[in-house]
Amino acid sequence: MIIEGKQKIWADYQKDIPDDHYFYVRSCIRQAFWPGSEVTFLDITRNKLGKDFYENPYHTTCGGIAYHSDTIPQETAMTIIARQFALMKESGYENYVCSCITSFGCYTETLETWHEYPELEAKIRQYLWDSCKKEFAKPKYLAHASDLIYKFRFDIAKQMKFPLVNVKTGKPLKCVEHIGCHYSKMFPSKGFGGAEYPHVLVGMIEAWGGEVIDYPERRHCCGFGFRQYFVQANRGYSESNTYKKFESMEPYEPDLIITNCPGCPYFLDRWQYVIAEQTGKTYGKNGYGIPALTYEEVAGLVMGYDPWDLGLQMHQVAIEPLLEKMGIPYDPKKKYQGVNGKDLGQPMCPSCIKSV
Amino acid sequence: MKENILIIGGGAAGMEAATQLKKLGLTPIIIEKSDALGGHIAQWDRLFPAFHPAKDVVAPMLESVKGIDVLLNTEVNDIQCDADGFKAVLTNGKTIDAKAVVLATGFDLFKAERKQEYGYGIYNNVITSLELEKFFRTGKDERINNPKKIGFVHCVGARDVKVGNTYCSKVCCTTALKQACEMKEVFPNAEVYTFYMDLRMFGPGYEDLYLKTQRDFDVKCIRGRVCEVSENMDGRLVIKAEDTLFGKPLKMTLDLLVLMCSMEKNKSIDKIQQQLGVANNSDGFMQNRDMYLGMNGTAKDGVFVAGTCTAPKSLPDTIAEARSVAVEVFNYINNK
Repeated sequence: MIIEGKQKIWADYQKDIPDDHYFYVRSCIRQAFWPGSEVTFLDITRNKLGKDFYENPYHTTCGGIAYHSDTIPQETAMTIIARQFALMKESGYENYVCSCITSFGCYTETLETWHEYPELEAKIRQYLWDSCKKEFAKPKYLAHASDLIYKFRFDIAKQMKFPLVNVKTGKPLKCVEHIGCHYSKMFPSKGFGGAEYPHVLVGMIEAWGGEVIDYPERRHCCGFGFRQYFVQANRGYSESNTYKKFESMEPYEPDLIITNCPGCPYFLDRWQYVIAEQTGKTYGKNGYGIPALTYEEVAGLVMGYDPWDLGLQMHQVAIEPLLEKMGIPYDPKKKYQGVNGKDLGQPMCPSCIKSV
Repeated sequence: MKENILIIGGGAAGMEAATQLKKLGLTPIIIEKSDALGGHIAQWDRLFPAFHPAKDVVAPMLESVKGIDVLLNTEVNDIQCDADGFKAVLTNGKTIDAKAVVLATGFDLFKAERKQEYGYGIYNNVITSLELEKFFRTGKDERINNPKKIGFVHCVGARDVKVGNTYCSKVCCTTALKQACEMKEVFPNAEVYTFYMDLRMFGPGYEDLYLKTQRDFDVKCIRGRVCEVSENMDGRLVIKAEDTLFGKPLKMTLDLLVLMCSMEKNKSIDKIQQQLGVANNSDGFMQNRDMYLGMNGTAKDGVFVAGTCTAPKSLPDTIAEARSVAVEVFNYINNK
């Protein structure tokens, strides 16, 4: 590996985005999968870094899942996006940041398409007016939320309490970074680091003390791939993609996986349980799996957030071995307690992968 | 009065054009930006299709330009045209008056790192066809360490919309097969694979080379493009490709991957080209007057082109064009 070669690419693929005053839109599925991630993003940016990130309660899905599943036409998806942009305009913002990678891909694709085909933009403008009586303005800057955490990674490092270091050995944790396909594979110039060697998560890992693993199936899809999973008959294909990644990363003995997409941590997390049930094989040490976390969860952990406030009990793969490696204190009794100590109920224990 | 002919470029086209112009009684002057004549071909070890030593072609060309004015490490800084001809100001401060100009500026090799998915400049064991040729000449390259499995990727930077080059680079297919055979000569136990889109064996002896590559050297030719290269724990390369004849994706672990880099327009001449009023064609190379009867002419009277400055070409084609440009220039001077 010639690191200078990567550094040159990283330098070539930088993008200019402001560090403040954003209109923030959530993901439709992340809130269900990883309920602590978005709230942590807002808490870090607003309260820890003192930035202005505004949410409008009337924003909706971007339509990306339906669009990529071929259940709605592109014009419909674009009109939904145009409505989101209209809300941004009405709220007095020019910078747009989204939580979801698929949304980021859809927004980028839409803006690029409108750039190439202005007549289509005019048509969507009319559709939005006819359906909602709204007018939109295109964002001055479009960013994915991971772009902002990347931009603030050194500010976060200044407030870091638990770096990505094994407290017992003093060595950096070995981190797999997995980028959502729609981040930069369609438009390489729109992602930090481009499409082949993205830097957005690598930059966070390095700033927070970890070591990045580059393994042969690094670029491979997590296994979500929309139709691979949504079409029930294809789910074996979804799982086989995930299996391929784990078999490839296993020799490097990763301590954790960091992702920036709604689907990737879900499939990298849940399929570990299924693979264990089917084959008896687990990829972490001592019968555990490899935790697959969102970048907000990792940012929260290094900044000292309580793991259960971050929602890490929602992961299939037990997080406790990672917490112990990082020296993060946690109360096992509170793992399944919700807000105000409400009992969330304890999931059934799988037979082949350790859950506690 | 001497009839100076300014030849920009001291590669195969420039040298051959100068030789022929001198024979025709004109006074060629070669301007070469590097410190030696010979161009790309001087960096080559052997030539396709018959493994002819490149030096056996380059040496007589060098011999034949003896006595011709050659200015090395020199470029044209500025060029103006009037009724008497051309006035070129060189980077060494000298001025040359010439009756005609021959652009023989050759090509640039496609920068392999632009195809990021192939990992050139990232993974140690990814090299270019030029670097392999240097290994054949010198026997030295620390990356080539008794490889057991070797891959060649055709069309790197050619026939590729993504990099903006939709043209065929013409010589890479045959070069890949030649180099594949040579690797088998050096490493007889190695498995050698080439990944191609189409094998364009258009010249005399090329098809024979293709058959020989498979029959005598047991090189496996796979129709399909490599889409991704990565590195495993041992530092070996893991490639993904598609075998389009089988209709299946494939994954393979290699010790060495050679990228067959295409030809691109030599951009260092852009300013002078613009001053001379010579446009580019749709592939980004120089536009000649027409592709049938005016292949050495340009839109500008007195400005001629030869060799790979107008399109990718093989060495025989380049030499043939260099000889024809000499006749064109001769006729132009005599008809003035």
